[in-house]
Amino acid sequence: MKPALMKPDSMKPDSMKPDSMKPDSMKPDSMTASSIGSVLMSSALIGTVLTRSAPMLFARFAATVLLFLSAIGSAYAIDPLPFKDRAEEVRFQNLTKQLRCLVCQNQDLADSDAALAGDLRKQVFDMMQAGKSDAEIKQYLVDRYNDFVLYDPPVKPGTWLLWFTPFVLVLIGAVVLVRIVRARARQAVALQAGAKGITQSEDDDW
Amino acid sequence: MTRLIPLFAFCALVGLLGFGIYWNSRHEMSEVPSPLIGKSAPAFTLPFLYEPAKTLSGKELLGKPYLLNVFGSWCPTCQFEHPILTQQIKPLGIKLIGLDWKDEPDDAKRWIAQFGNPYDALITDRDGRAGIDFGVYMAPETFLVDAQGVVRYKRIGMFTQENIRDELLPKIAEMQREGGR
Repeated sequence: MKPALMKPDSMKPDSMKPDSMKPDSMKPDSMTASSIGSVLMSSALIGTVLTRSAPMLFARFAATVLLFLSAIGSAYAIDPLPFKDRAEEVRFQNLTKQLRCLVCQNQDLADSDAALAGDLRKQVFDMMQAGKSDAEIKQYLVDRYNDFVLYDPPVKPGTWLLWFTPFVLVLIGAVVLVRIVRARARQAVALQAGAKGITQSEDDDW
Repeated sequence: MTRLIPLFAFCALVGLLGFGIYWNSRHEMSEVPSPLIGKSAPAFTLPFLYEPAKTLSGKELLGKPYLLNVFGSWCPTCQFEHPILTQQIKPLGIKLIGLDWKDEPDDAKRWIAQFGNPYDALITDRDGRAGIDFGVYMAPETFLVDAQGVVRYKRIGMFTQENIRDELLPKIAEMQREGGR
């Protein structure tokens, strides 16, 4: 199988940064021990003074703020590209989000700070200026770097297994489920009938 | 027997995951297979490092096979590969073209002065455009191009004794067999 199919897209480095931890994972007890930023430090300090529920609330608030800030911080690796309007910029960002950086392979082109990613962003921008469609730009990169540059592998015989296995598994599960439910229903009917002293063995095949 | 089905299904799953681990440990997962293998090398016209006024194009190289080694003075692995190029690749007698990729010419000249020049020709791709056409995404990378200008093999990362023996030499032998016919 191609390596492209093996890379879990959810493994973006951004989601592994310590400052993007979920608020629920920060308990006030552990906060005094391991405070990450100054916000958390102060929350821990206040926590020693105030009652137990107040630092809890404050910790949640601080964690939410941190989460929010980290989301802003990791938005884009910005190059000063001269977009002619907002629509063009949005198109550029959408397109580069669908393309993988070859250097840091779990990052998209929009996010990556690698030098090659910068070159490729410039290339995408130049091709947009030259009036190329999104499909043409993607094909240009696929011709050079393989399907691997696309975050979504294209549907073709080689990727059928990847795309359709989940649906096949759900289908198999549904068939098994229906069969079990039917068998149990039949059993229940048979038990009821047995309790009433009526033999229903001939009626079982309805 | 029916009661054993979940156990079999579980064993099959364990087998599948085990195979995945085995497979991944045997393959370099960050290697992106080049779509250029078996196709004509992309056209390029690039200035020489030591004579920037003169250029070398892919067309001028037709007729004889060559190795295109992508390197940069900023690339630490290229330093490790350098003695292998000198001692093991150069004696193969195939034309070795150095492509100085995304690099300052002065830095490249210093690098060559320090380590020596294993290349038959040294060209520069300062803005990396030719590199993109070749699908270069790291250094070192090396392309084996045959006499007809078709890319036969790409090495991603440095050459080692093992991959020269197991990958490069068989490809060269294959080319020579075809040439002899």
